[in-house]
Amino acid sequence: MDVAIIGIGLHRFGRSPDMSGMQQGASAVRAALADADLSWADMQFAYGGSQDGGNADSLVNELGLTGLQFTNIWNGCATGGSSLHAAYSAIKSGEYDVGVVVGFDKHPRGAFNPQPKEWGLDDWYGETGLMLTTQFFALKTQRYMHDHGITEDALIRVSEKAFTNGSLTPTAWRQQALSYEEIANSMMVSDPLRKYMFCSPAEGGAALIVCNADKAHQYCSNPLFLKAAAVRTRHYGSFEVFAPSQAMQVADAPTVTASKAAFEQAGIGPEDVDVMQLQDTDSGTEIMHMAENGFCEHGEQEKLLREGATGINGRLPINTDGGCLANGEPVGASGLRQVYEVCVQLRGEGGARQVPNEPKVGYTHVYGAPGISGVNIITK
Amino acid sequence: MSNQIALHEGLFTWPSSKPQLLGSRCTQCAEAAFPAQPDCRSCGSRDTTIVELGDHGILWTWTIQTFMPKQPYHSDETPETFRPYGVGYVEMPGGVRVEARLQANSPDQLEIGMLMKLDIIPFRTDENGDQKMTFSFSSAGKA
Ligand SMILES: [Zn+2]
Repeated sequence: MDVAIIGIGLHRFGRSPDMSGMQQGASAVRAALADADLSWADMQFAYGGSQDGGNADSLVNELGLTGLQFTNIWNGCATGGSSLHAAYSAIKSGEYDVGVVVGFDKHPRGAFNPQPKEWGLDDWYGETGLMLTTQFFALKTQRYMHDHGITEDALIRVSEKAFTNGSLTPTAWRQQALSYEEIANSMMVSDPLRKYMFCSPAEGGAALIVCNADKAHQYCSNPLFLKAAAVRTRHYGSFEVFAPSQAMQVADAPTVTASKAAFEQAGIGPEDVDVMQLQDTDSGTEIMHMAENGFCEHGEQEKLLREGATGINGRLPINTDGGCLANGEPVGASGLRQVYEVCVQLRGEGGARQVPNEPKVGYTHVYGAPGISGVNIITK
Repeated sequence: MSNQIALHEGLFTWPSSKPQLLGSRCTQCAEAAFPAQPDCRSCGSRDTTIVELGDHGILWTWTIQTFMPKQPYHSDETPETFRPYGVGYVEMPGGVRVEARLQANSPDQLEIGMLMKLDIIPFRTDENGDQKMTFSFSSAGKA
């Protein structure tokens, strides 16, 4: 049995000062229901998650006490991927025909400040200033550049593309394109990553209505199909965030294993993908994720970026809505925003940012602490 | 008279004239971990012993922390006195890469592959006036 996506909804990312995180989640659900021409009472189940916006199942207070099964999902930055995977499994099992997946968040301004105890670590690790995700991404990028001959030029080009795409996306938080020089001269935050190479915590909501594909045409004329949903955690030896030590041996990142599992489920390969969303917490991670997801060889990114291959009109259009860099990262919503954008592209509704030649296969990838990846493959 | 006390027990030998980082080694698969842990992340065995990981190593990767982190960071610094610090992973003779503060704090002082030595340094002063000591690495020249 296949799983269809029949409704998509977004509450615009950035800042919504007059709305709680929960209200932004409800706004996204209402938009997705309207898109599917269904009502909340039609929903048989829901999966949802938020880091700072409250318990997702409290959304019933906004949307209606219909008695549906509502399960909260929390999996760091991979929350959206994990929620969608749970919905995928619920429909695949035959238990339910139609339900909703929702993510939302509203973070305080500034960098996240995770607490060691929540990650199984002792206080000294946080007290001495080692527990910052920005540091980790810089450390990983620094080593990756050394191993694979990537230069700062590639980091700058990723950001340049992100903000260009953001300027074409009406729902993006950052709608101002930035020049190569502005990015190159922005403040160094954690060497080699500069200010405009990092995404920021933000606010927003995203929701999807999913259903049993056999019944999709009862609900809508243009369903998309969720061909794969895979979530994987780290193996011993993969270099992950919040790790006071790492093994000398090197294992594949969870992104590699999640990606392989998803391609296997879908029965296709990276060469078949027309449009993709890859976790770009910073420009270094987008570069690493290009290869970890199988879209190029390690080290090839430098040339691909110089040629503009990852732009909207390139052969590997990545993060067509500007990704996390231009949209910010409301953690609970971020992974579902990726799926929303891929659905927009596959429907041909991308407007100024539409990928040409009617893309048919889309791919999304989230990565989160402490080493978890979720991949989805969506087709027309 | 202020005492010098380890910020956290069991991270390094202290007090000592030649301190060593401490970790654990699995008696089943021989993989090492820092800090020491009772379970092995590699094979799942619960059979580990505390071992010395060494007092020097090779810089595997690095960055500079340029802004003062929010809580849970807990030093004596204020936003005005904050001084950027290096962070890196150092490959230890004990067979594990350890994340640590680095005393160098500018990019031209750091290079992957550099030889690093362990220093136990004062990190902050506690409410009794005692110095809390932590581990850090500084350059010991080219490897
Ligand atoms: Zn073991």
